[in-house]
Order: sequence, then structure tokens, then C-alpha cells
Amino acid sequence: MIPIRPIHLFFALCPIILFCLGVSSPARSESAEETGLKIAQDSQDREKGFGNFTAQQTMMLRNKHGQESRRQLRVKVLEVSEDGDKSLFVFDEPRDVKGTALLIHAHRESADDQWLYLPALKRVKRISSSNQSGSFMGSEFAYEDLTPQAVEKFTYRYLRDEAYGDLTCTVTERFPVDKKSGYSRQVVWRDKDELRVWKVEYYDRKDAHLKTLTLGNYAQYLARYWRAGEMTMVNHLTGKSTVLTWTDFEFQTDLNDRDFTQTGLKRVR
Amino acid sequence: MLRRTALHILPFGAVWILVLVFAVGAHAEIGIDRDFSGRVNVESRWFPKAGAFSGQGAHAIGFVVLPKLYLADAEGRSFTLSPFFRYDNADSRRTHADLREAYFLVFGEIGDGEWELRVGIDQVFWGVTESQHLVDIVNQIDLVEHPNGEAKLGQPMVNITWSSDWGVVEFFVLPYHRARTFPGKSGRLRLPLVVEDEHVEYESEAYLDFAARYSQSFGAFDAGVSVFNGTSREPFLMPGVDSSGMPVFVQYYDQIRQFGLDAQLTVGSYLFKLEAMQRAGARNLLGMEENYVASVFGGEYTFYSVFDSAVDLILLGEWNYDGRGRNATPSRSPSTLENDFFFATRIAFNDVQSTEIVASILGDAGRSTRALFVELDRRLSDQLSLDIEAIHLLSIDKADIHYDTRRDSFVDLRLTYNF
Repeated sequence: MIPIRPIHLFFALCPIILFCLGVSSPARSESAEETGLKIAQDSQDREKGFGNFTAQQTMMLRNKHGQESRRQLRVKVLEVSEDGDKSLFVFDEPRDVKGTALLIHAHRESADDQWLYLPALKRVKRISSSNQSGSFMGSEFAYEDLTPQAVEKFTYRYLRDEAYGDLTCTVTERFPVDKKSGYSRQVVWRDKDELRVWKVEYYDRKDAHLKTLTLGNYAQYLARYWRAGEMTMVNHLTGKSTVLTWTDFEFQTDLNDRDFTQTGLKRVR
Repeated sequence: MLRRTALHILPFGAVWILVLVFAVGAHAEIGIDRDFSGRVNVESRWFPKAGAFSGQGAHAIGFVVLPKLYLADAEGRSFTLSPFFRYDNADSRRTHADLREAYFLVFGEIGDGEWELRVGIDQVFWGVTESQHLVDIVNQIDLVEHPNGEAKLGQPMVNITWSSDWGVVEFFVLPYHRARTFPGKSGRLRLPLVVEDEHVEYESEAYLDFAARYSQSFGAFDAGVSVFNGTSREPFLMPGVDSSGMPVFVQYYDQIRQFGLDAQLTVGSYLFKLEAMQRAGARNLLGMEENYVASVFGGEYTFYSVFDSAVDLILLGEWNYDGRGRNATPSRSPSTLENDFFFATRIAFNDVQSTEIVASILGDAGRSTRALFVELDRRLSDQLSLDIEAIHLLSIDKADIHYDTRRDSFVDLRLTYNF
């Protein structure tokens, strides 16, 4: 039997002592995962209570030769407490799809519900919501880039703080939970003051840097909710880009649940 | 005769009065929302083989005009007007006009849900399947437009919808009956006898038809049950003679009652679809009244972003069944769909031009009838689009009523200007 000397006791207690120091130290308050999740949760909480809004979207699609094509649509979004938002996209341009509408009931825990309205046939089609990674209207935006992303749809890891122009941003990685996502991870720059997203880097399933989204022209509505007026998505593999311009934001309109039903969908024009 | 005249004059007259009232109202009222859109297309159909009947041409050219006017007030009450006109140089019966839409729409709140009222001429679509639309019965088919029967004539109606958390109930009162359009003597894709268009016969002259549907979504499952009571939309073709003594088919419309069911289950990239109906009071191919059931069962799967490209590949298979077997009436040219399979693939390139290719095959499991359909769609500019379609009738069984269309494979080229 080895006699217990004071020095042994010291080594034996060392981890406990260090652990206690660690817990009480302000530097070791949470893990990178916890910090990342907290930023995402704070951002989502800040969005709460907007009620509903309508806006116009104009997309300018550019290929690497500079050829342009325009998309114009109207967007209506309704906040749903304790679940994902309901959104309605109505296409105005190009003219061959005018009046076509997409209704999305987003869910936090399960797959979203989607219906497509085809005005020529007056047909409402329930469609699969598995098409996360597909291109939205031939643009560089995928469906998953445009639909609201609930906190539960990712896991997070805080990376660092970084200057972004005059602002200080948190840089966080987020990893999609859904295997159907086209991305392995996204890196998000969010300013510390107002939690606005300024930049997102998208990495494909092979972890190649596929796209970069930059946001700007922020305006604040109802003295609380920030919305970007311009979102530019650049595809680094193809050299194509899409500039999405948001205009005519209107908050707290008379939209309600009934505008986001299949019956309501047949009424859009 | 009187019926047909009344049919044409009444809705048109009523619509013009309504338009005038609305136009005057529109000027008086500030905050009215106007929208004018539509399409014009030129079309060329080429039939490589000579037709089975003399006088049938090898080439048809024509155009379509389909404008749409939408007026709405600040409360969202609206009026929609969409007249349709087609000119066809080869078949005078294909040159035709219709009011696709001319209706007033009002809606409002009721309890936890809402009500909606549509009065006028409108189009209604029920169902989920692609190879045929079995339960879809409110509108008559504008068959002269396309043998696939997707185009429909405007139907005068009063439609009340009540929707809430417990589902959607739609109720229709249909005060007029529209007769199906058929190709003329010199038109292609016609039956052995020309279908008479001067007069139509009815089992009952009380043309007041009723329809109702209840539908609900239960998570991934969407279902609807429907009932129709009144004048059939599908004519029984009775051999007869026209005013000059020539043998023709005369359209005869039975009084029927139809119960329908449509359901879809959406799981991941799979769609499972079912349509079924039970119809009583209709005549079969032999002219005898026979109650029957018919169904379409199928599934669809989408491969998104195949080989890491932007391309989506959709595979679809459906099986059509009709309890009358060989005595089934033709529901979709060229087959009678009494025991028919339908396989289709859609390739969506998801490019800026929304290029899309659809290829499908419809075949009779018991007879030799087979038809192949291929269509390519592409946007040329923000307003112009091009559509090329080929229908290849691989074989038509001698026993099929469409046997005389066996030489009517065609290539159709459409250039559309959307505004």
C-alpha cells in the first residue's frame, strides 16, 4: 500500500480544484455550441410579435456573361405562435407564371406543408416539401435560403467576434439537421447590437464554398423589426448571381389565417 | 335549339351588363384594383400521316386569344372576366369562342372560419391524379382544344364555400349545361362519325344541377369527398342523322348521380394518389344504363438535384380502372381507360428559362392501344415562351372507338406571348 502523502492529495484534487475555478471564471461560461445556439435563439426571440407583413420581391438573375432575367413576386407572411410561419408567394413576372402561387406552412419540428396554385387549371396541388436545395425560380436562392429557418433546424457553433464595416459581428457556424438540405454548414455574420445578418457563406455537401449571401439596406419597422432591402447571392462555382430587392414592406396589415388556406390560395391573382 | 341560343345569349348578356355596372362603379370609386393580363399564342399542328377520312388536312395553323381582366375593391370583392377565342384554319369547329371566367367573388368571416361566394362563369378543378381527372365534374371538357381533355368550358354557377378548422365545404348550383366540343368533318382526331353540334339531346330538360365537396387536410394526408347530381358532362354518342340526312353521332346527356373520392398522401419525396367514383344513371358504350365504379391509383417520386445538378427528375405511374370493362365509354382519347396504365417522367431543368420535358405513355393493359406523349417547354424571354408537343399513337386497337384516329399522330408547336 502506498502511503498517502500531501503531494498526492494535491494531485488527486487538482481536477476538482480546476473545475471549481473554471465554473466560477467568467471566461468559461458556456461552450461554443451553447453560445451559437443562444445567438440564434436571441435572434428568433427578437423577431417575435411582428404579426404579419407583406412585401414585394424583385429578383435580378445574372449569369457570368452578364445576361439578366427578372422575377417579380409578392410575399405575405403570417406569424404563427409556437410553430413556423405561414407564407404565400404570388408570382407576377415572368408573365408565363403570373398568378402562380406557393403556400408554405412551415413547421419547427416536422416537414413543412406546401401547396402550389396553378391559375391556368385553377388547380391546387399539394407538393413535396423535400425540395429544400432546389433553385427558387432559376435563381441562386434555394428554397431553404428563402423560407424562415427555425432555431430547431440547425445545430450551432460560435466561432469568433469580427469587425464588419463599422459593426462588430458574431461569426457562427450552423449545421442543418435536415439531411435533405443542400449544405453541410453555413457561416453567419450577425451584428452584436441588433442581431441583423450581414453575410452568410454556404458550404455544399462536399464542404466546398458554394455561395455567399450579403445583405444590406436595412430598415427598421415598428421600431423593432429589421428587414434587409437588398440580398445578393453569388454562386462561386458557376459565377452566377441573384440580387433580391425587397420593397413596399407593410407590417400589421389585415392579413389573417384565412389568407393562408387552400381556399385563400385559389383567390390570389 | 332554344336552349343553345339561351345558353349563349344569357350569360354573355348578363356579363356585359355586369361589366358596365362595374366599370361605372370603378370610375366612381377610388381605390379599385385593376389588373389586365393574359396570353396570345400562335399554333401549328402537323400530322405526318394522311387522315382516315377524305378532307382531313395534314397541317393546321391558328391562334388563341385569352385576356383576363380583374377588378377588385378595397375589401377584396372582385370581378374576373376572361373570354377565350381560338381560330383554326383546318377545322371550323375548332374555331370557337367561350367565356372561361366571368364571375363576382365576395368573401368574409363566419365564426372561426370564412365564407366565399362566387357567382357567374368559372372553372373548378377537383382531384389529384394526372392521367385523367375522374372526379372532376363541374366543368364540361373543351375537347376540341386538345385530346387530353385538360381544357374546360366556362360553367355558369353559384358557388358557396365555407371553410374552417374542420375542413372546407363547397356547394354548387349549376343552372346551365354545356355540351362537349368535338372536331368537325375536316378536323383530325375525330370519331368514325362527326358529332352533331346543331342539337343535343337530354334525358331531362330540367338543367339544374348540383354538386358539393368536402375536403380536409390531416397533416400529410389531403382528402376530399364529392357528390354530383344532375346532367352528365360525358355524352352518350347516339347514332343518328343530321338535317341533311347524313349519319352522325348525336350527343345524349343522361341524368346521373356521382360520388367521388380523391386523396393524396405526401411523404418526403413521394406522393401517393387515389381517385375513385361511383356513377349511377349513365349509359355504357352499348347504350345500356349501367351503374359502375372507376378509379385511378398512382404514385409519384421526385429525385431532386440529380447528380448534384439543378435538374429534378419526376417519375409517375398510375393505373386506371373502370368497372364496365369493355363497355366503358371513352374518357380520354385514344383509350377508354378501363384497365390502362400511365407512366410519365418529367425533367425540370430549373434553369432561367424553366426548361421542362415531359414524356408519358398511356396504354391499355388488355388491348393493343398505346400512345406516347412528349412535350418540351421553354421560356424564351420574360414574355415569350415556346412549347413543342408530339403525340405518337403507337397503336390503336380495332375494337377501340378511337380506331379512326390511328393515323392522327401529330407535332404541335406553340409560341405564346404572355402579357
